[in-house]
Amino acid sequence: MFEEMRAADGSIRPSYAQVAAWLEATGEATLRQRQSEAEALFRRLGITFSVYGEGGDPERLIPFDLIPRVFGADEWRRLSRGVQQRARALNAFLYDVYHRGEILRAGIVPESLVYQNEAYLPEMAGFDPPGRIYSHIVGVDIVRTNDTDFQVLEDNCRTPSGVSYMLENREIMMRMFPRLFAACAVDPIDEYPTLLKRTLQEVAPPACRGEPTVVLLTPGPLNSAYYEHSFLADLMGVELVESSDLFVDNGLAWMRTTRGPQRVDVIYRRIDDSYLDPLAFRPDSLLGVPGLFSVYRAGGVTLCSAPGSGIADDKAIYVFVPEMIRFYLGEQPILKNVQTWRCSLADERDHVLANLKDLVVKQVHGSGGYGMLIGPHATKKQLSEFRTKILAEPDAYIAQPTLDLSSAPTVTADGIDNRHVDFRPFCLVGKQVRLAPGGLTRVALTKGSLVVNSSQGGGVKDTWVLSE
Amino acid sequence: MLSRTAQNLFWMGRYIERADATARLIEMGRRMAMLPGANEEWRSVALACGCAEALPEVATDSEIISYLLLDRENRSSIQSCIAQARANAKAIRTALTADMWEALNDHWRLLEALDADEAISDLPVWLDWAKQRAAAFRGAAETSLLRNEGYVFLRLGEYVERAEMTLRLLDVKYYVLLPETDVVGGGRDFHQWTSVLRATSAVRAYHHVYRGDYTPWGIAEFLVLNTTFPRSANFCYRALERHLDELAKLYGERHDCHEIVADMVGRLERCDIQTLFQTGLHEFIGDAIQVTNRLSAEISRAYHF
Repeated sequence: MFEEMRAADGSIRPSYAQVAAWLEATGEATLRQRQSEAEALFRRLGITFSVYGEGGDPERLIPFDLIPRVFGADEWRRLSRGVQQRARALNAFLYDVYHRGEILRAGIVPESLVYQNEAYLPEMAGFDPPGRIYSHIVGVDIVRTNDTDFQVLEDNCRTPSGVSYMLENREIMMRMFPRLFAACAVDPIDEYPTLLKRTLQEVAPPACRGEPTVVLLTPGPLNSAYYEHSFLADLMGVELVESSDLFVDNGLAWMRTTRGPQRVDVIYRRIDDSYLDPLAFRPDSLLGVPGLFSVYRAGGVTLCSAPGSGIADDKAIYVFVPEMIRFYLGEQPILKNVQTWRCSLADERDHVLANLKDLVVKQVHGSGGYGMLIGPHATKKQLSEFRTKILAEPDAYIAQPTLDLSSAPTVTADGIDNRHVDFRPFCLVGKQVRLAPGGLTRVALTKGSLVVNSSQGGGVKDTWVLSE
Repeated sequence: MLSRTAQNLFWMGRYIERADATARLIEMGRRMAMLPGANEEWRSVALACGCAEALPEVATDSEIISYLLLDRENRSSIQSCIAQARANAKAIRTALTADMWEALNDHWRLLEALDADEAISDLPVWLDWAKQRAAAFRGAAETSLLRNEGYVFLRLGEYVERAEMTLRLLDVKYYVLLPETDVVGGGRDFHQWTSVLRATSAVRAYHHVYRGDYTPWGIAEFLVLNTTFPRSANFCYRALERHLDELAKLYGERHDCHEIVADMVGRLERCDIQTLFQTGLHEFIGDAIQVTNRLSAEISRAYHF
């Protein structure tokens, strides 16, 4: 197992030298004390996520671990290039599949995987979004298994969440341990909201005159990421709107304000495609802004991300991302994919069924760690249930080897111990591709567990990138 | 500012004010119910809160109290008001300061956990506490909120509600104040009059202004026309006029709501209590309640919510 802090011979890796010294000097008891101080801070600031329909307190805290996860400057350089490369390729793929479909004609990606995919929106075909950008915020889930390799678990091209934790975790750490920061030369990330706003303004629609008005569209306070929506709107200084605040008139989008209607140019929407516009997507839905999609297609407003971006982060398409990088960019992929078997192919399915107990099986369209089988931790009953499911609907599943995720020191009930971590940086794609030096490190707090999702008992850590 | 944000601030102001006024009304009812021969006091409290229709014909005192205090079905109960104010606040977290949110959130969390029997047996403690939380919220707004349009919408909601509550209380109790009941004050009349003052926390303020002579017209004058007492109708209208003028200056536009409030302020300025009694206190109050409702509707219309 790869440990973030220690090399195989037990020595401390250079990037962790200061953190290790700090852990040593602070001691477990003090850390535990500070841990509860941090939690009180989160509660008071109201940094919660909502879980409805499961009973218990609907407003929960994501457990925060005090010990930062550290990347050295050289590690980050490579990671950062790899993430940006991926974000460019995914956008190129989106442009292609909604236009000539060259990658399909070249036989690299099977046509049926695209055109028959629920995430593919035929309504988007032939339309050129501003800057030809579809996914403006790309969240890439990355794990590490050894010294040299970062592997991508999945891409999130629609509305990846978690960036508020990246920012808040840093705020809390800086508030609690100012001297540690003075000693460590950590690259700052507080530019992110400014970069996000700039990115959104860069994709203003053709109809926009003057400085573009950006809004953040939220489903409302019941949504699990509502805190993040209000937090980002606040930091960008833009209005946080619900669909009922918006309407379209005369080929443009407007919001209702106390001064009357005000033009809206760019909508950073944190709602799903299907709830954007009942006229275009879901006639049965009461949510959404009637007519918004046609205003978008006519260049009156920009939607970020573009409807239909989900085709690029579909788990069945994921397999082809390295090929996309070669095809569109003519580059070698910097980040690896995790080996993936598609159950839709007969021989790969046979392999999956024969090795079920060693594999992780995921639903092609699932997210949030739900509907997932982790073979080595599954009961006989769960294994046989998944076998039946895969046979009944092979197209809906992929499988991957159980990865030995790297682990990082974490404050636990049994002292400071290693727990598995992953990493999600948030890459911004506007006229330029931008990546703040950091991201969200998620940690599986249960010993041995590999599931880091916050909905499944995962926690978060501050992520440090050391200065060059 | 988004119209929805203005709307949520306006209603948050109204609900918090209503919860506070309801606490004062219950307090008045409690004192009146301690007097011999009192039997309809609680019902008149419910009437003043505007929620008597939904009560069953025969309801015990403690049923009515828990209806006014904690009933989730009753949209005017303290519990419902605070829950609605919190829902308003949550929908516009970025328009609120942390201090305001904390004051409101504390209030809500304790009410959520409160048991009706416990509340009734400890009624004075809970009522004081409810009033304190409302004061904490107002204080937080006063000392932490930017003085922009958001502040104005919050205050508009508060003053509309406060004017209406004072008028409704007078509407329910006006007969106590009519001259023909002005017989040499038996203990009961004295209590009836002071109860009206008590429900608006005005007993001491009244003393300062009138040197202790309780007369029906004195009380009516104090609650309708006085310009220094913060719960009098006149005070509330003047505050509404001032805040609406701020909006007019900010937006460079006047609306029907500006006319309505200016008209009301003018009427009260020209009016004295003798005239008010001669032309009919009851009629005036009924009319003022209607004007207040129209004012609220016109504010919504003018600012698109």
